[in-house]
Amino acid sequence: MLKVTDLNVSYGAIHALQGVNFELNEGEIVTLIGANGAGKSTLLNTISGLLPATLGKVEYLGEDILKLPPQKIVRKGIVHVPEGRKIFAAMTVMENLEMGAYTVEDKEWIKKRINEMFQVFPVLGKRSNQLGGTLSGGEQQMLAIARGLMANPKLILLDEPSMGLSPVLVEQIFDIIQDINKQGTSVLLVEQNAQMALVIADRAYVLETGKIVLQGNADDVLHDPKVINAYLGGGATD
Amino acid sequence: MQSKETSTPQIKRSKLPKQIRQGFGIIVLLLILWRLYLVFGVEQEYTVDIWARLLISGLVIGGVYSLIAIGYTLVYGILRMINFAHGEVMMVGTFAGYLVLEATKSITVPTPDNSLLSFSNAYPIISVILAFAIGMLIAATTGYFLEKIAYRPLRKAPRLIPLISAIGASIFLQNFAQLLFSPQTRDYVNPDIISRGAGWTMMINDSKVILPYTGVLTFVLSILLMIGLYTMIKKTKLGKAMRSVAMDKQTAALMGIDVNVIISRTFIISGALAGAAGVMWGLHNGLVYYFVGFLPGIKAFTAAVMGGIGNIPGAMLGGMLLGLMESLGPTALGISYQLKDVISFVILIVILIFRPNGILGEALSEEKV
Repeated sequence: MLKVTDLNVSYGAIHALQGVNFELNEGEIVTLIGANGAGKSTLLNTISGLLPATLGKVEYLGEDILKLPPQKIVRKGIVHVPEGRKIFAAMTVMENLEMGAYTVEDKEWIKKRINEMFQVFPVLGKRSNQLGGTLSGGEQQMLAIARGLMANPKLILLDEPSMGLSPVLVEQIFDIIQDINKQGTSVLLVEQNAQMALVIADRAYVLETGKIVLQGNADDVLHDPKVINAYLGGGATD
Repeated sequence: MQSKETSTPQIKRSKLPKQIRQGFGIIVLLLILWRLYLVFGVEQEYTVDIWARLLISGLVIGGVYSLIAIGYTLVYGILRMINFAHGEVMMVGTFAGYLVLEATKSITVPTPDNSLLSFSNAYPIISVILAFAIGMLIAATTGYFLEKIAYRPLRKAPRLIPLISAIGASIFLQNFAQLLFSPQTRDYVNPDIISRGAGWTMMINDSKVILPYTGVLTFVLSILLMIGLYTMIKKTKLGKAMRSVAMDKQTAALMGIDVNVIISRTFIISGALAGAAGVMWGLHNGLVYYFVGFLPGIKAFTAAVMGGIGNIPGAMLGGMLLGLMESLGPTALGISYQLKDVISFVILIVILIFRPNGILGEALSEEKV
């Protein structure tokens, strides 16, 4: 479905991505783990068209999307839920969701979709007329995900959805990600919470200073000694 | 990571020590109060009818300022830049309306009683609507190309650069109009039934106070346009997209919003409002020349700052307040009416010193930062 080949991205002198290759098949949850500054968000921003690449290829359903602007990529069915939630703080929950469905023309469908979102995230339904900025961190994260789902994506890119959330909320968010996947949306999940991400993912890639250093089934990666040492806090897993 | 867009510099508080600023403020306030006391309490040379006249002219000019100020505020909200060529966009609208009215004046049409009338007198409503429509259209087009040519190539440049480009565009538009129409001052040709000075007469204190038709037209139309704009920003898809682009361009793009299109439309809308203001200005004040946009432009900028730049209700409020202060101020303070411009700019300076966020600016700064 999504195939990234030899992707290189630079910020001025900093070579943030150095020849990244990876693949995501339809229906999969693929997770990308790595430390701060490894280039995870850069990769997502490049896929969604926010950043230009210096070299490489991003193919989506057989089509090169690397040169497309973000608004066109959304229309192809790839939605990026950015790091740090980035909800529109001065707009209501309802308006945030409407903006998520900006590419959709059918107003009836949007209404139906908003109701579906309120069923998945009941707390958003209760706060539908509240300003986004007044929500708690967890609620904002849910709003960000719901807003992303409003466009009915085929592939959703989630950047650190568990950041800054309490363990209970993290659990809840990960459950929701699995549900989204079951309903047919492929998921590319970038996480620092490697443990959780690896548990729900099908496959995993480990990114280190702009390069993929390890890849494989999520289960194998979860038990890889190097990963356990570097990302899972030594032997503290099990 | 480029997670934040170009850093939003905080408006810096003045460096003056707080006590000096406060002391200065109190002195200014006392002086104003003393003048007000002299004028209202001691001299009492102005009667109610005079105040009524000033109030009317203040509200009318306030409506015009509000419309122009909205243009400054919309553009600032979305690009964080002051479009100093905005007054010239209004001037273009004034000229376009002038040309339409000239044309309708020069066409004669037969009327039922077989006499020949000029089109503008035979169908005054159609002529005025046409003048507004064309004025708004041409001004909107000017705004659109202004952004495309003078600002878009500089989108990623430091913030000072587009500002200088704006001043350049402003000078260009002035000179362009001067070459095209010559520097002479022309009279706006109103249809006879709304000729300047005509209006409803009221008797206040045995003295005639005229409520001019052009003034009422200006005020009502500007209020309608403001209501329309506000509803559009709040309710429509375009309005919501404009708000989201103003808040966060990157995230807006991730929603599938074409940011450049929204920016273009913002310039079109603010241009159309300025164009309407320009035609109003022409109909009510009667003069049109290449420099006609400069003063209202700067005044409206003052109004936008006063209301809290970037804040739409603030611009409306600021425009009205400035119109009223400018109109009532000189008389209330017992100074020459010629000093009304001085009052406006003193207000600008005072606001920049004491409350750079403007009247409604509090909510804004939290929203934007």
